[in-house]
Amino acid sequence: MPCSSHTRNPFTAAETPAVGVNVEHLTKSFGSHLVLQDVSFAVEPGEIFVLMGPSGSGKSVLLRHVVGLEAPSSGRVLVNGKDALAAQTREHERIGMVFQSGALFNSLTVYDNLALYPREHHTATEPGIREKVMHALQILSLEDTAQKFPSELSGGMKKRVAIARALVMEPQLLLYDEPTSELDPVMSATISEIIASLKDEYHVTTIVVSHDRELALNIADRVGILMDSRIIFLGTPAELREPKDPQVAGFLYPKIDLKHPRFKKLET
Amino acid sequence: MKQLTSILEGFGSTLQLFLRALSYAGTLPRQRARFIEQCYLIGYTTLPIVAILSFFIGAVLALQAGYSMQNFGAMQFIGSLVGLSMARELGPVMVAILLAGRVGSAITAELASMKVNQEVDALETMNIPPARMLVLPRLAAALVMVPVLAIIADLVGWFGGAIVAKYTSFISIEPEAYFSVLRRYMKFQDVMNGLIKAEIFGLGVVLVCCNIGLNTRGGPREIGASVTRAVVVSLILILVLDYFVTKVLI
Ligand SMILES: Nc1ncnc2c1ncn2[C@@H]1O[C@H](COP(=O)(O)OP(=O)(O)OP(=O)(O)O)[C@@H](O)[C@H]1O
Ligand SMILES: [Mg+2]
Repeated sequence: MPCSSHTRNPFTAAETPAVGVNVEHLTKSFGSHLVLQDVSFAVEPGEIFVLMGPSGSGKSVLLRHVVGLEAPSSGRVLVNGKDALAAQTREHERIGMVFQSGALFNSLTVYDNLALYPREHHTATEPGIREKVMHALQILSLEDTAQKFPSELSGGMKKRVAIARALVMEPQLLLYDEPTSELDPVMSATISEIIASLKDEYHVTTIVVSHDRELALNIADRVGILMDSRIIFLGTPAELREPKDPQVAGFLYPKIDLKHPRFKKLET
Repeated sequence: MKQLTSILEGFGSTLQLFLRALSYAGTLPRQRARFIEQCYLIGYTTLPIVAILSFFIGAVLALQAGYSMQNFGAMQFIGSLVGLSMARELGPVMVAILLAGRVGSAITAELASMKVNQEVDALETMNIPPARMLVLPRLAAALVMVPVLAIIADLVGWFGGAIVAKYTSFISIEPEAYFSVLRRYMKFQDVMNGLIKAEIFGLGVVLVCCNIGLNTRGGPREIGASVTRAVVVSLILILVLDYFVTKVLI
């Protein structure tokens, strides 16, 4: 039974109880605007689940439910069998979230952004924190930015700092909201490798929201596609390579047709 | 009706925030650095404007009192009038109003932009309660600094009154006489009442401003709207509380 006193952080190589996520009949609407309708799926402990879907389909909203920032209209989300909304869930399970916008603390330097979690939760001494923070910055090629403020960073750098900040938390469950959307191909590949190695070495359960086909096909254990407020596909990357559903195929492998552009079809 | 429920809601959520922040009081020693930073912001940076304003309020009190008393031959009591008004009423109220305008607005702007930028959400996911990290140090700093500001306002106001009393031709009361009357007719209790009032206003203003900031939703425009709301609500709160607290204390 994981509990804050004896869950150990993954970086010390002690065994970490991986946590699973269950989304059960989740429905969410903002006013009359239905965003998620009866969405159900489960993420096994230690699994990498990639969630894809068109822009505005509710992927970020779904992630916010998993960290308990949003209350379901109906249905529920369980993290390690406990309701994601309950305060105890956050206390017992270390859940890292990389927000789509980064959500860096603007009044703190990059270093202090990363150091905030271990400092507040006393997970290490100050030299230990320094080591962890510098290590995380190094992995993401951010050593030079340690003393900068978020306002002095580029979009992609902010995203990487957000990822580094989540890594320093040494989470059991790690949620990424479009981690590679603003990064160059090499950095995207690096992020994919980081996600995969966290899983292999530390059994971190991972949910990645991404439009990055390469990432999904290469590191996912399972992929879900959210469209029109429902999960329309749930399967392995292998199944995704040759999708049978035309809707899925049309979303994943859109043809760029210069003779008959899509936006012109809308007009007629 | 809608107005009324929203007022009650605001009152309830502010009270909740207060209790939540209180429940983390034990973490204050660990948050020394934040506490000191907030003391600096609340106390030190507000000091000059508090001093200037209370000087002139004391001065104008003396002037008005002198003008209205000259026909009664009660001029020698001017010291006690300025002293009591400053200590019991104008010192604390003025400090609270300046706090709302200068510190409260800044608190709301900062917390609202953190909320809009999802920084508050990030704190929640990191299991760092905003009530602990953002609200508690500010409350504690207000608790310590507001009475200090109020004492300074009292002293400077008395001093301003003394100067006017001496140099205004139709008053011309020497400072020795002014202060001896002030001391004779004023009890320690009067100063304490004022400090209690200042303390209550100060905590109320900081809480209201934190709560409105943390409940901001939307974008830049909403941040601005929240700041305005925070200042207006604070001012109303100060004046309404003033009546009831005074009634209780008298
Ligand atoms: N707080 C909110 N209030 C009202 N509507 C919201 C709110 N948050 C999200 N929505 C709506 O929910 C829908 C889904 O938003 P969401 O951010 O989850 O999309 P997404 O799938 O993450 O898109 P993208 O890939 O562009 O990030 C959108 O139509 C959005 O307008
Ligand atoms: Mg999104």
